[in-house]
Amino acid sequence: MTSTVGELGYREICSLLRSDQGLRLKTGPFGNRIRSALPQVAQAVANLYGNYPLLQKDDFIDFDVGVSRPSGLRRWWQPQVSFQLDGNAPFNPLPGDQGFPLLEWGLNWCVYGMCHQYLILHAAVLERGGRALILPAPSGSGKSTLCAALLFNGWRLLSDELALLDPVSGQCIANPRPVSLKNESITVIGELVSDIEFGSRVHETSKGTVAHFAAPKAAVDSASSPAWPAWIVLPRWQAGSALKLQPLDKARTLMHLVENAFNYDVYGAEGFELLSQVVTRSACFSFEYSDLGEAIACFSKLSHQAGDGLASSSLGWSTSG
Amino acid sequence: MSNPEQPPPPVGLVQVLKQPGLALSLKAAAWSHILQEARATGLLGRLAHRLQGEGLEALATCPAAMQGHLRSALRVHRAQHEEALREARYIDLALAQLDAPVVLLKGAAYVVAGLPAAAGRVFSDVDIMVPKDRLAQAESLLAMHGWMSTEQSAYNQRYYRQWMHELPPMQHLQRMTVLDVHHRILPLTARMQPHPELMFATAVPLPGTRHLHILSPTDMLLHSMTHLFVNDDMSHALRDLSDLDLLARHFSRDEGFWPQLMTRAQELDLVRPLWHALPELHRVWRTPIPTAVLQQLSALGPRRPVAAAMRWIWRQVFAPTRPPGTRHADSWSSAAAMAALYLRGHWLRMPPMLLVRHLSIKALGLHRSGTKQPPL
Repeated sequence: MTSTVGELGYREICSLLRSDQGLRLKTGPFGNRIRSALPQVAQAVANLYGNYPLLQKDDFIDFDVGVSRPSGLRRWWQPQVSFQLDGNAPFNPLPGDQGFPLLEWGLNWCVYGMCHQYLILHAAVLERGGRALILPAPSGSGKSTLCAALLFNGWRLLSDELALLDPVSGQCIANPRPVSLKNESITVIGELVSDIEFGSRVHETSKGTVAHFAAPKAAVDSASSPAWPAWIVLPRWQAGSALKLQPLDKARTLMHLVENAFNYDVYGAEGFELLSQVVTRSACFSFEYSDLGEAIACFSKLSHQAGDGLASSSLGWSTSG
Repeated sequence: MSNPEQPPPPVGLVQVLKQPGLALSLKAAAWSHILQEARATGLLGRLAHRLQGEGLEALATCPAAMQGHLRSALRVHRAQHEEALREARYIDLALAQLDAPVVLLKGAAYVVAGLPAAAGRVFSDVDIMVPKDRLAQAESLLAMHGWMSTEQSAYNQRYYRQWMHELPPMQHLQRMTVLDVHHRILPLTARMQPHPELMFATAVPLPGTRHLHILSPTDMLLHSMTHLFVNDDMSHALRDLSDLDLLARHFSRDEGFWPQLMTRAQELDLVRPLWHALPELHRVWRTPIPTAVLQQLSALGPRRPVAAAMRWIWRQVFAPTRPPGTRHADSWSSAAAMAALYLRGHWLRMPPMLLVRHLSIKALGLHRSGTKQPPL
């Protein structure tokens, strides 16, 4: 009975985005109300949010966001785009036509800045067989490219950017949204997945070219299913390197999670306990790769092993001989 | 044709804070609106605390998502309180050799003293006040213990030290916490001059600390009122007014409090902020204030036209956000009120010539580091 954004059609999507009502849709556990009069934003939203459930006017909204051109003379000379939450602009505007990446970035900020009901890691999270693979890593580690490859090869996307840990259950909560890739990764994934469609491609951002593709329909449809942490893998792409998956000791892994946690300071001692439990129950590895095909096969093999932290020492292997 | 009945105004944040029981009948859309108001006004922690206090934070009628935001706010609030207590201990330790009282102000004071105004209060800086003749010593002791001034520009450094009531903010190198060191509660250039010696004289020592004090109840209330009603930055106005409500309710359990407050306001030259504050407290938060006090105060205000203008301005400042679909920040009346307050705030804190010079320097960007000051 719940209808999706895609069923509205492009015209109505544009019209809702321009209206005071806004386009109301659900992403993971969050209700969003999105407003924007910018054509590039409307186009990207229509391309990338088609599978997401629509919300009714009376449904709960977590984030009331918008992207617009700030008023004033800049509208005509070197125009900018500005992100709003609850009608206020918390940041300085960005130059040019980066409206859609700004919306995505703003929505991420809303989650990691304000949703301390979860302990949030800077990590990609994927699921297979009810178990979660967590890839904690800062930008530039190859995590996004690896995540993109895996979600087309047997793994369900929970998030490409933000791992939401529920402190009560210890599970990872799904929050799949459009997946972003930068620069060379766009080419690499484009070659790997022949029929991939990038619903938005923006050049000249501070990070170069940023493109987004839609989260698979199956991932969006399963967004209410959490997953139990089972594997923590620290990825590193290194040109020309042989594939290496090596067990990582629990203490090092814990430190790594703490370093990649957005709101560890808000959680304090409870955060330490929660992350310790996640590390204890998970098989922990460091991972180096250069070839995506090999990487996909490696993780596929991993998923067939028991995701039991105690047996982690027997799970490491490499292709170097 | 008969007019349709007016629908009752939507229950907003202020109503729920005054009557938490109203939360039982709210629908999801009303909760969304309250979440927005609470975020915008910095009162989400206070709302969460209030509902928790009434055993209402896990209401069956409250959407799970909203409950998540309330839990989030309680978590942040708890973490910040622990941090404030830690910072207070570090400051007490750092200033151990300072032979003078160190008065904690504002949010940190509420937390360390365990006052009701600490409830759900989130804040980013710790504020302290030390006597002016100990300021240099305090600054060097703090520097020895890891706090550094955050102000780079020479103009701003001089502006602070010459005219302001506080040093430029200091930040701890390792903990990254921010500390504001005051020596009086209003700048030297302000039109009102509450003498800091009077406030130090009645400051109350905090048990379990070496040097830490808080202001006496009347002074704490008057300081908070002055801070709110003389300020130009109204981003936390409703929250500050809520703090005042909680402080007033707590301190006025003592029967002698209201007459003491009136007397003290006159001693400290702070009658005008009191004139502004008490009617607003009564109007917005229904703070129980004796009628006699309000009547006595009404004769002490500015001239009628100014008084009316100020009342209108405060109505805009403390207005709850409008229902979804209209944006409070866009309305011309609130914009006009904010502009008037910006100018007024500066007017109250600086004589005209200094104000013109200061605003022109700011406008021309000449205060940024590396630029010379204009010959004036």
